[in-house]
Amino acid sequence: MGQGFLAILRRDVLLAFRNRGEIANPVIFFFIVVTLIPLGLTPEASRLAEIAPGILWVMALLASLLSVEGLFLSDYRDGTLEQLVISPQPLYLMVLAKILAHWLISGLPLTLLAPVLGMMLSLPEAGYFPLVLGLLMGTAVLSLVGAIGAALTVALRKGGLLLSLIVMPLYMPVLIFGSSAVQRSVDGFSIEGPMAVMGALLAFSLLISPFATAGALRVSMHG
Amino acid sequence: MWQWFHRLGSPRWFYQASGKWLPWLSGVAVLLLMIGIAWGLGFAPQDAKQGNSFRIIYIHVPASFLALAGYYVMALAGAVGLIWKMKLADMVMKSAAPIGAALTFIALVTGAVWGKPTWGTYWVWDARITSMLVLFFLYLGVIALQYSYSGQDAANKASAVLSLVGMVNIPIIYKSVDWWYTLHQPATIKLTEAPSMHPDMFHPLLVMILGFYCFYAVVLILNTRTEILYRERRTRWVQDMVGPAGESGQ
Repeated sequence: MGQGFLAILRRDVLLAFRNRGEIANPVIFFFIVVTLIPLGLTPEASRLAEIAPGILWVMALLASLLSVEGLFLSDYRDGTLEQLVISPQPLYLMVLAKILAHWLISGLPLTLLAPVLGMMLSLPEAGYFPLVLGLLMGTAVLSLVGAIGAALTVALRKGGLLLSLIVMPLYMPVLIFGSSAVQRSVDGFSIEGPMAVMGALLAFSLLISPFATAGALRVSMHG
Repeated sequence: MWQWFHRLGSPRWFYQASGKWLPWLSGVAVLLLMIGIAWGLGFAPQDAKQGNSFRIIYIHVPASFLALAGYYVMALAGAVGLIWKMKLADMVMKSAAPIGAALTFIALVTGAVWGKPTWGTYWVWDARITSMLVLFFLYLGVIALQYSYSGQDAANKASAVLSLVGMVNIPIIYKSVDWWYTLHQPATIKLTEAPSMHPDMFHPLLVMILGFYCFYAVVLILNTRTEILYRERRTRWVQDMVGPAGESGQ
């Protein structure tokens, strides 16, 4: 049972490390768009601090959305996905491995970069811990939910825009709880509530998403 | 043998049976809507604070009700199609999506029109308005996915999966938007609550809601019938019914 899971996980992480752009691009995107905010809005520290939680979360969400498109794309094009779908290993676990690998190479770097960008946006000190903890769980939820959309649109010629259209509404709860946790902490309130909900979202999507993604992949492969 | 009969027979049976229901159902729908509109717009008393502008409630509330109910109709039809591979369910799912999106749009627009005289602004980031907007996006996603597949079967299954995922998410989105709103407490604006309505205002609303349900059923049936004819256009019974004129379309 676990063989397929481990093999896919190792393969996807290895592929990403051989082709480093895949890891770097979402992170660079995150960096650049956050840089645009002070340029477009104001370099004033007090006003930046006010909007920093929301900006960081929205941009992390967009970066994750951009990278999730490639989750199944190259495997679909070279026929690997077909082999995965017909292989005797449970598709649920293999899909889970692919999502975990995607999170390791996109969500985790975003999470690690976030405090640096928070500092550049003069995020108050109390905001860092909830930002990192929230992103750690939240980016995993984004990868899980995005995988459903990626699987549904992988066989379409212009899937990218459609993917963002169908996945974005599903991302909203993560954004709400993630950025409000940071805001609450900055304002001096407890973050237990939103963090607990974020954990619940993670547990729930961990349960549902590989199942829906596997179903969607079968649809994409065989109609 | 049974399955073959069932699969082939279902849309045809529905087409013929629904043809008999339609006149009755449309009659009831038109009657209820006419009574409800006349009663609500002409005879219900004015609101003490809002004057006549509250009367848009007779369109706004039923449309919002059905916008949400329509999503469940669509998702459940999708589930039936996915699980039991019923052709008819797939057709109902596809037909329900644009109707639901249109009703959500009507609910949003009438809400905005109502908001201007009442709150002084067309748009407020209120919890219910925001979740309605998200619902509209969910509908658009399902419709866009449906039309971007070239194969009919894949389109059915893909949009069924998406509408089911959306259905699971609707309560989560609704709760999170609600929580977000109470956290921000942006203004002192409160929507008037339906239960506090005077019976003289409430009864026409009830008639309108019933009328909208019937109207929804009529439009859904009409849409589904068109879809049946289109998808079954190569079958004998459709060609027999449409006659020689239909063959030129092939």
